[in-house]
Amino acid sequence: MVTETDIQNATVELLRKTVVKLPADVEEAIRKAYAAETDEVPKMQLKAIVDNIDMAVKGNTPMCQDTGVTIFYATVPKDCKVDIAKGIVEGVRRATKEVPLRPNAVHPITRKNPGDNVGERHPYINWKMWDKDYIEITVMTKGAGSENMSQLAMLTPSQGLKGIKEFVLNAVLRAGSNPCPPTILGVGIGGSSDIAMKLAKEALLRPLNQRHSDPEIAKLEKELLEAINILGIGPMGLGGKTTCLGLNIEYAFCHTASLPVGLNVQCWAGRRGTVRIHPNGKVEYPTHEG
Amino acid sequence: MAKRLKTPLSENDVRSLKLGETIFLDGVIFTGRDEVHIHALEYLEKGKKIPVDFNGSALFHCGPIMKKVNDKWVAVACGPTTSSRMNSLEPQFIEKFRPGAIIGKGGMSQPTVDAMKKHGCVYLAFTGGAAVLAAKGVKSVSGVEWFELGMPEAIWIMNAENFGPLTVAIDAHGNSLYADLSVKIKENEKKAREMLGLK
Repeated sequence: MVTETDIQNATVELLRKTVVKLPADVEEAIRKAYAAETDEVPKMQLKAIVDNIDMAVKGNTPMCQDTGVTIFYATVPKDCKVDIAKGIVEGVRRATKEVPLRPNAVHPITRKNPGDNVGERHPYINWKMWDKDYIEITVMTKGAGSENMSQLAMLTPSQGLKGIKEFVLNAVLRAGSNPCPPTILGVGIGGSSDIAMKLAKEALLRPLNQRHSDPEIAKLEKELLEAINILGIGPMGLGGKTTCLGLNIEYAFCHTASLPVGLNVQCWAGRRGTVRIHPNGKVEYPTHEG
Repeated sequence: MAKRLKTPLSENDVRSLKLGETIFLDGVIFTGRDEVHIHALEYLEKGKKIPVDFNGSALFHCGPIMKKVNDKWVAVACGPTTSSRMNSLEPQFIEKFRPGAIIGKGGMSQPTVDAMKKHGCVYLAFTGGAAVLAAKGVKSVSGVEWFELGMPEAIWIMNAENFGPLTVAIDAHGNSLYADLSVKIKENEKKAREMLGLK
């Protein structure tokens, strides 16, 4: 039987893998951008990024000092009895020391830092249940430079598709050099204010080389990505061909009188990792094989 | 060939740097971000002495991951943080403490560009997220001040060796790569809007 300690150990290992090595699709997109760049200044920025990716793996070191806030997605079997939340929280506490992660979590008003990345509602866990017999935990380590550029728009239905495009384009222009471009963008359309933002973040969980299953949404993903890459903001906002590595959209039905749109901005270091913990104790990391 | 400079920087060093030039730094670098700016200016107002001398120094917008190995601090990962968060305090900080260079990412706004011109300071862009590469250029850490502000917000005193590559993105003559680029981006925006069928 899976125990709380198993969850804790898996969380520590998951965080270590996630902050050290990028998922294959993100790394591939970065290497492509590097190969495609011809101007000297952006080429040097991308070279530093590619070199840094290699050095982080070689030294088993976090690729960026901002190991972010830890956003968890836990999907659990219906008959699960183990205290997963406690396992995750203790795992984060241990990973902060052992990996190490930067102690980022502070009280929002006093700014007091407990030093272990654990506090009120932190780490945050999103829950789902399923019929499978294993526990799946995904984590996103979300840095502040890009998260700070995220936005919500409560559009009116009459603003429609054009309004959505306008909002995304303006947000990218406003973010400019700040979110460590080339970025990855997650767009959440519909739902309600909170759901649009939640979907925007969840959109970042999908690999960059997978388009949405709905052809209309897939078309919008491509169209927005192409338009953003015309802007020439470039790596670190110093100009160049690639401003955005990938753009994913998720949607939900919404009130007939609303059109919420959320945008979640992710820096080039699109760190996400998944662990599966099977009832027989087998642990696998599908995002970080090999 | 990229230029190598040693801190503390003289006004002549600073004024000689050209926009877009690549440089590497040697010598002491101080980290300082949001809380250091707030605290240093508060200390000054209250007439209290700050623990380091920023004159001619390289101030690094960075909140590193540090680790204690055999009682000594070691920089694990120390890339730059978003400099624009310091936009509101930086002109005053430059005027009062006279750093020779600010290392960060993403650039800074016009009042900082103006203060850099007036007081002789440059903005050196380091690639955001390239934290292991940055740590490679930190030979040792000789101390920490204001540690009570937390690991990311403290002043870390780093000894750099061949720290870079750094791009002179704002020079000491009022020029900024970001401002130059924003003109081009405005042009490109028209094309992007056309592609999206927007007015």
